[in-house]
Amino acid sequence: MTGYIVRRLADLVFVLFGVSVLVFLMIRLIPGDAVDILLGANTDITPERVAALRERLGLDLPIHRQYLDWFAGVLRGDLGVSVWTGRPVTEEIVSRLPVTLEITFLALAFALIVSFPLGILAARARGGLGDVAVRLVSIVGLTLPSFWVGVLMLYAASIWLPAWPTIGYVPFGEDPVGNLSRMVLPVLAVSFPMIAGLTRILRSSLLEVLSLDYIRTARSKGVSQRRVFSKHALRNAMIPVITVIGVQLGYLLSGVVVIEQVFAVPGLGRLAIGAINERNYPLVQGVILVVTAVFVFINLLVDLTYTWIDPRVEVA
Amino acid sequence: MRRFMIGLSRNPVGMIGLVLSLVVLIGAIFAPWLASHDPLRQSIVERFQGPSGAHLLGTDNFGRDAFSRILYGTRTSLAVAFGSVGLATLFGATIGLLAAFYGGWTDRILMRIMDVFLAFPIILLAIGILAVLGPGGQNTALAIGIVYTPIFARLARGPALSVLSWDYVAAARALGANGPRILARHVTPNVMAPILVQTTLSLSTAILVEASLSFLGLGTQPPAPSLGLMLSDSRDYMLISPWVSIFSGLAILTASLGFNLFGDGLRDLLDPALRGRA
Repeated sequence: MTGYIVRRLADLVFVLFGVSVLVFLMIRLIPGDAVDILLGANTDITPERVAALRERLGLDLPIHRQYLDWFAGVLRGDLGVSVWTGRPVTEEIVSRLPVTLEITFLALAFALIVSFPLGILAARARGGLGDVAVRLVSIVGLTLPSFWVGVLMLYAASIWLPAWPTIGYVPFGEDPVGNLSRMVLPVLAVSFPMIAGLTRILRSSLLEVLSLDYIRTARSKGVSQRRVFSKHALRNAMIPVITVIGVQLGYLLSGVVVIEQVFAVPGLGRLAIGAINERNYPLVQGVILVVTAVFVFINLLVDLTYTWIDPRVEVA
Repeated sequence: MRRFMIGLSRNPVGMIGLVLSLVVLIGAIFAPWLASHDPLRQSIVERFQGPSGAHLLGTDNFGRDAFSRILYGTRTSLAVAFGSVGLATLFGATIGLLAAFYGGWTDRILMRIMDVFLAFPIILLAIGILAVLGPGGQNTALAIGIVYTPIFARLARGPALSVLSWDYVAAARALGANGPRILARHVTPNVMAPILVQTTLSLSTAILVEASLSFLGLGTQPPAPSLGLMLSDSRDYMLISPWVSIFSGLAILTASLGFNLFGDGLRDLLDPALRGRA
């Protein structure tokens, strides 16, 4: 177990190193001089300012030194300065991160709450009407564009529930009801593909486990149907589900980035898109780095849960 | 091929997928002949119309014909999807085969690089690449292609490793077959089935990613018709006329769903291990 965790952490360090190199190279790969890019469309560009910035950025140094300096800054929490506002990128990201995380985790929780009963229902009623309905919904759900669902929901809400606050964001601390009522639609819209994916995998995994010998043994011992499901089958059926949660989280985060645009939620996605349109590259770079790091850590947690549920993983 | 069609006809899900994919493909390929109007022609007097005989799916805020724009938008969408998935299949499978064939450090380094790319949430990596390349249809295809490459590298490497350990490859080697020949003649045919399935499923998700990116304004640039962009533009006028939003989203869903179902059917058909299972 310890060996596996150590190996997994070593992987993690390497992957984060690779991610940081790619994100660092991003700005250098943009055609044109990094200094021009960083100064953006600033009107008061003077040769002195350009020279000062060049020196401050260490652009005269060899590229690996530039990377090391940049990375040392990242470790200290210094992601550079936003071109337009002059505010530290870290500050901008920290103020938006909770918004994106709130949508993501609410959607994850909602997807888990909905997909478990659905998956179990489909597996128990195999071949029946419930099964067919659940499978149909999960196939369509996987390809349902969440931004389209969001747009349609906004339209429906504006007609049938004109008083419902649908767009924007208020912090939970200030107005819990206002916060949650604004979360309902984005969370619903973005969770469909995840519900579909989880339901589908839980169903097929349950069906597979239920056909195994130890389940038959349990049944023949006289264990009740309910107990066979909850005690014997579900735990083993969970293993592939957890793998899928890791994969689906990537899609979920991608969905959140887009849905923020639909509901005008000031999260990291909206920040990044705004930053690209303004050619505010340090900010784009910072958002990509932070969100990817969060994603990598969540995946680590998912993997560790895996070893806890399935002790055999160590051997593999 | 005949056996394949018979197998598919027994798989209703795959069949529906095939039909939907064909409808979408035909619409995209023959858009210039099927379109009832010029997709770029504006007509202020005709704007915000609902579906009618003159405009099958209504008109947008510039009075442009939604049906014609959706046909052309699907064309763009599929061009990007096929381009990106084609790139990813080519690069990814090559990387995976080389990694499996050479093993050792080559394998470790190549696959580690793939892991790094897989660590990004897809849309963020695509956004980052587009930030570097600049927005546009071709760059979107390239960005999605890069994002999908590691999936195919991993997919090709696994079966390639197992084929390479089989006796008949050792026999081919003993008979003097060189590396490229072994890869081309013996390994590639054996990894084709999973790659074909993944290619089809990836087309389905690439359509969604392309639509997301153009919805965000990073993909195809106006005035060229694009499904994501149509949805993004039309939502400001939802309360006046919701038709363009409804139909452009429906077109994205249809295209993505078709390739997904077809890929699913292909998997059931080509993967004997899964055959007979629900």
